[in-house]
Amino acid sequence: MSDAMLAETIEITGHAGDQIEAYFARPVDGDNQPSVVVLHHMPGYDRASKEIVRTFAVYGYAALMPNLHHRYATGAKASDAAAAARDAGGVPDDQCAGDVGGAMSYLRSRTEANGKVGAIGYCSGGRQTFMVACTLDVDAAVDCYGGRADIDLAPGLRCPLLGLFGVDDQSPSPDDVAAMAKALEANGKTFDFHSYDGAGHAFFSVDRPSYRVDAAKDGWKQIWNFFGTNLGGD
Amino acid sequence: MCTYVTNTAGVSGSAYQGDEWFPVDRAVVYFDHPQDAPLDHALCIDVWGAGERVAVELDAASARRLAETILATLDHDEVRPLIAT
Repeated sequence: MSDAMLAETIEITGHAGDQIEAYFARPVDGDNQPSVVVLHHMPGYDRASKEIVRTFAVYGYAALMPNLHHRYATGAKASDAAAAARDAGGVPDDQCAGDVGGAMSYLRSRTEANGKVGAIGYCSGGRQTFMVACTLDVDAAVDCYGGRADIDLAPGLRCPLLGLFGVDDQSPSPDDVAAMAKALEANGKTFDFHSYDGAGHAFFSVDRPSYRVDAAKDGWKQIWNFFGTNLGGD
Repeated sequence: MCTYVTNTAGVSGSAYQGDEWFPVDRAVVYFDHPQDAPLDHALCIDVWGAGERVAVELDAASARRLAETILATLDHDEVRPLIAT
């Protein structure tokens, strides 16, 4: 099979029937493709987040990242749209869930799809991923250092959860991660948490001082194993 | 961490962007991940008006120096009498 892939911005139907843009990367060849919705971080639908989407396509996944800030500044640069979303008070959870649900429907409707859809989010997108995994029929979810997760949602978690955290992070702090694990355990949920020494928030971000190569390398390994098991990826 | 800490101040005046001035009506101030500055967190200011924005991202010490400098300027003996109460 070739390693060709296609990456581009498309339009999908999001929350309340709104048309929003989304970045879509997928292998050109092959059937039975697993799918992943990527939830971008607070700085928005930016170059670094698009690079993550393309990485999933390199590994054989159809990956789709809805622009959660699209409504706030249509057609604007990521930084302007992120600022406009903040100025408007942030992205409401129901709107986020609606946009992710739209992305999931789009992915599942593809003839090349194997029907399995995961979700992964970074930073604020990590918090949103946990919310989505407790709200929508996701097959597997990865929370990368999402702070302020609403652990009261834990009873509603619908899929296995992988959590990747930094011990030096302040939100989520090690205590926050422990509280989340306790809530999931109490509700009999399937989860696997990894907390990395010497890493803080955003250790996956190769373009920020927070990047930690050892944590990021092992984190990616955990993601491929987890999605491989739960979504049928390689 | 994402702090989500955001404060908005009503302001009045103009901002300059490119080769145009535009009226401004609010400044959104937050301490969170910057878009561009090589920092884990930055004090960010977006000054908005007429659908336009000018932005800065500063390290915490710089932001504090800027705030102190603004106040020192406003409180200067020659300036204070010029400011309507």
